[in-house]
Amino acid sequence: MSYGRQSVQQTAPFLSSPAIADSGDLVARAVAILAEEADTWRARQATTRTFGVTGDPKAQSTTGGHPAHTISIRLTVNGTSHVLSLDPRSSLLDALREVLGLTGAKKGCDHGQCGACTVHLDGRGVLSCLTPAVQADGRHVTTIEGLSPPAGDLHPMQQAFIDHDALQCGYCTPGQIMAAVACVSEGHATSPDQIREYMSGNICRCGAYVGIVAAIQDAAPKMRRS
Amino acid sequence: MRPFTYTKPKSAADAVRAIAAAGPGARFLAGGTTLYDLMKLNVETPSSIIDINSLEGLSGFDTSSSSELVFGAMARMSDVADDGRLVRDYPALAESLWLAASPQLRNMASLGGNLLQRTRCAYFRGGEPFACNKRRPGSGCSAREGINRGHALLGGSNSCIAAYPGDWAVALSAFDAKVDILGPKGERTIALEDLYREPGATPHVETVLEFNELILRIRVPVTPLGRASTYHKIRDRESFAFALASAAVALQMDEDTVRDVRIAVGGVATRPWRARAAEQMVVGRALTAQAARAAGEAALQGAIVTRDNLFRKELGARTVADALMIAKQRAIRR
Repeated sequence: MSYGRQSVQQTAPFLSSPAIADSGDLVARAVAILAEEADTWRARQATTRTFGVTGDPKAQSTTGGHPAHTISIRLTVNGTSHVLSLDPRSSLLDALREVLGLTGAKKGCDHGQCGACTVHLDGRGVLSCLTPAVQADGRHVTTIEGLSPPAGDLHPMQQAFIDHDALQCGYCTPGQIMAAVACVSEGHATSPDQIREYMSGNICRCGAYVGIVAAIQDAAPKMRRS
Repeated sequence: MRPFTYTKPKSAADAVRAIAAAGPGARFLAGGTTLYDLMKLNVETPSSIIDINSLEGLSGFDTSSSSELVFGAMARMSDVADDGRLVRDYPALAESLWLAASPQLRNMASLGGNLLQRTRCAYFRGGEPFACNKRRPGSGCSAREGINRGHALLGGSNSCIAAYPGDWAVALSAFDAKVDILGPKGERTIALEDLYREPGATPHVETVLEFNELILRIRVPVTPLGRASTYHKIRDRESFAFALASAAVALQMDEDTVRDVRIAVGGVATRPWRARAAEQMVVGRALTAQAARAAGEAALQGAIVTRDNLFRKELGARTVADALMIAKQRAIRR
């Protein structure tokens, strides 16, 4: 069996398609993409302006004609309470990085696929890029910056990552460490296989996985003792 | 992302009132792991968001009753996946949850939202310039003659062959689950199987729910089939991937003979796919490897392959066969 012939025109599915084989169409497509990116960039600038720690009553609209719309939320981050006035579209990740200046959580993919933005929300590992900031209203967030006291010892997991060379470039490491701490505290660090499963949401392009699993095995009993 | 108005009601009745007032462009926001992602891509463009995370009475679940298991729509996947009774007595349900997504996503995503995650493919997410009847009705289907390695073999249409990506609904369909729904006219209950539509000519309409209807809870009748059950999921990588093929199987054995069986397949169909023809082939007989294999082939009967997904017809049949043998081991071990 097979499907019937398609009656609708396909729009340029791939570069190999005859539909965009001639350069004129490619140029048109590139212009369209650039125009779209310009819109995205303008929207992003506008979104950033609406961020304000105290809430700006004249906050910028992202749509020109539409009325300004911001939402006030209370967020406890690493033990400190903040009141933030945000565009309702903001992610928790953007609020942390661009309003509060906490750049430990990284914007890797911004779509929940890489884990670099992992933080703890009320003690549980979540992806801050897929958490609308308004959903964190009234809740407690812990980021890599709040894992250990500023002047004290490193968290056992941070120390274990150093001891086991569990990183190379370090970009994914804040997310890895926050996921690793959650893996232990949520009770899922009982075997290497289970650690691998519960760390599967965090990608390390340098391939430090062996060291990461070893670090978690090392830190888990120390975390349980402390 | 398009601007939207945001409200956060406290009760299910208020949520339904709020969405009815906001109109068909409004969406409920549960865990947000699909909706917010698609909003970032401008694939979902709701005018209003009704945040249902503060609704009272929907975040619990109860697996202790002797008549049915009850799951609140806002219970989180990770909490339910770790439930001791579920792990022991309904391993297929627990496995379908913890084999899904990543730990972070399971901490965020709700059971009701999981049921309603969009049936989607890369062309749907990719936006322009790719034609997609689901994203823009009437624009065409890029997958039909494009890269369709991950697309559905069962339940597809000329308009759409996106595979339903969820696991939990596939396992639930093997257990005859029901879904309680609240709408402006009050509560109604439907079989989980009846929740989903095949794409047909309207792939943008994935369920029978109206825009202003809210899933309150999921109920599963208690059954002796639960203990010897499995959710078997085959992926390109060991974890954090959609199923190339999956099978939920629940068995009850009488000595060597199959007294009762449930089979549902995932990953290969446009909706959770109960395989009743396959069930009929094994019930009342000895469950040999050959019988399991024949049931697997029956489960994939009617498969329509496209350019890149022929291998998944064979893989789907083998996945069902393997799941039957895993469930048989669990039945013997009891």
